[in-house]
Amino acid sequence: MPAVIKGKAFVLGDDIDTDQIIPAQYLSYNPADPEERKYFGMYAMVGVPAAQSGLPKGDMRFVPEGQFTSPYTIVIGGRNFGCGSSREHAPLALAEAGAKAVVAEFYARIFYRNCVNGGYVLPCQCPKRLVDEISTGDECELDIEANTLTNHSTGKQYPLDPLGDAKPIIDAGGIFDYAAKAGMLKT
Amino acid sequence: MAKPMTMTEKIIAAHAGRDHVNPGDNVWVGVDVLMTHDVCGPGTIGIFKERFGQNAKVWDKDRVVIIPDHYIFTAEDKCHRNIQILRDFVREQGLKYYYDPDFVTSEPGMPNPYKDPTKTSYKGVCHKALPEEGHVRPGEILLGTDSHSCTAGAFGQLASGVGNTDAAFVLGTGKTWLKVPPTMKFTFRGQIPPYLTAKDLILAVIGEISVSGGTYKTMYFAGDGVSSLTLEDRMTLTNMVIEAGGKNGVCDVDEKTLQYVRARSNVDHWTVYKDDPGCAYDCEYEWDLGTLEPLVAKPYSPDNKDTAHNCRDVKIDRAYIGSCTGGKITDMIFAANLLSGHTVKIPTYVVPGSTEVHADMLRLNIQGQAKQEGEKSIYQVLEDAGCLISASSCAACLGGPMDTFGRLNEPMACISTTNRNFPGRMGHKDAGVYLASPLTAAATALTGYVTDPREYVSEPIATGSAGVL
Repeated sequence: MPAVIKGKAFVLGDDIDTDQIIPAQYLSYNPADPEERKYFGMYAMVGVPAAQSGLPKGDMRFVPEGQFTSPYTIVIGGRNFGCGSSREHAPLALAEAGAKAVVAEFYARIFYRNCVNGGYVLPCQCPKRLVDEISTGDECELDIEANTLTNHSTGKQYPLDPLGDAKPIIDAGGIFDYAAKAGMLKT
Repeated sequence: MAKPMTMTEKIIAAHAGRDHVNPGDNVWVGVDVLMTHDVCGPGTIGIFKERFGQNAKVWDKDRVVIIPDHYIFTAEDKCHRNIQILRDFVREQGLKYYYDPDFVTSEPGMPNPYKDPTKTSYKGVCHKALPEEGHVRPGEILLGTDSHSCTAGAFGQLASGVGNTDAAFVLGTGKTWLKVPPTMKFTFRGQIPPYLTAKDLILAVIGEISVSGGTYKTMYFAGDGVSSLTLEDRMTLTNMVIEAGGKNGVCDVDEKTLQYVRARSNVDHWTVYKDDPGCAYDCEYEWDLGTLEPLVAKPYSPDNKDTAHNCRDVKIDRAYIGSCTGGKITDMIFAANLLSGHTVKIPTYVVPGSTEVHADMLRLNIQGQAKQEGEKSIYQVLEDAGCLISASSCAACLGGPMDTFGRLNEPMACISTTNRNFPGRMGHKDAGVYLASPLTAAATALTGYVTDPREYVSEPIATGSAGVL
């Protein structure tokens, strides 16, 4: 994982569920097929109601219509990000679109676990409600070592929660690499 | 003396080879059953092969259960292809438990459903089929690539949803890591009144603690109110713990549980765990069932609780009765008793939760007894009331492909016995879904407005041994 993640922020509200991140009608694509997998990027976040998509203004698409990748690198969310179904297609869709990290107040359990174990996007938590502090399009920088998020558009810096128990798995790149390093897997 | 533990802590300790665990501990556990389906199976199989090799074998071919159920009745060819991926994997691995939609062929277009629900290998919705087919027992750990895998906790086991990566890891190793959850205790006092079902109870819980109030936690349902429920209704409680963010939900094991498991389990031994006296709870809530009213969760969140009565002026365009939450045979009996002799005012879609439910709808009367000559079946009662009934699958509960039965393809208000009402969950982003019990959904179907079922129900509705034996 890079020590620093820089890019534009895309801001969402509370309880962004996996149906909003990747609506069920697109789950027939097989993520194991590299050609089909790209479509999860194309449809990432199309389920978010327009008024709540790209706060504070809204009516902004995470991925421009007809494209496979997003101009946004860091997703900012509120409470309970990724609630709902266990579909791993959700963190996968964010990663396919090019997002590197999510910073939320806290996560729904399975989404968080999928981010960590699958190594898709870095799931950071910030005790401060960033949804009210950061605007979609702001240039942000995550410093993994210092555990801070800086909004260069406003000059403000926010401390993040420590990654805690998940850190060794995140550092390894996911559960398979972690288990291999720990000698649990023969591969 | 050993420190007291909860049921969930004991199950994790036993599967981690430890005498004791504490909430917050991270432990590796052995998994008893891993379930996947047509939506997450292909991705899981892909990761399994990528990580363990093209010729790798699953850790135990008798402990992997594959139940296609999501995108079955659609003309979308990728969905048929995904079922074929499951079939190929089952054959290659020699898996013992696979429930094939044998009517899905290589022919393009919408598959013709099974003609007789008793004569197909297809089972329908995985969470209903798992206990029916004997894969659910007290004391075990069951993981599934579906968030509603927590349903099986009604049988006194640890059941939880996981993603494809976790599932692929289990496929290859039989193991996963778990953080031991603290347990929240929800006690229901009294007997369930005739106008309530377990759906009202779980909507009360989620409305109280919010859609994130159970995050990382076990939700334990206790009290004589829970004992008074059928196994199917207990499954409605544990099914929706994920809607509060819960890791798993559990009910105590009693004679009803054991009767079900003895009749169904394909393994003849299991271990019953219960909470030790004096074990620590994260928090405790209590309800008196005599004071609970029929509830709905209004758009767009399962915790947006209100009473059905308060919503009586809300006009509803469609009713939907189905899914792992509200498509069980007892749900059908509840709806049929209310609809019997009436005609629905709004389009009312009914989707049996499994092919067994479908068969029982044809076989049983609305008291849950084998129907006698001249008596109407549950199916006939619903059909005569004007309901549109399809073959079993997850159908419109999660929207799915555009041609899915009952999918909300335009903005409208729907009352539904399903589990989620986030924006777009059942199809269109602007459609508003009201989550409700099968009684409230059926009462609403008769009026076209959200309707308190007490306007129609006063006597207890018998369900016999429906859904058990």
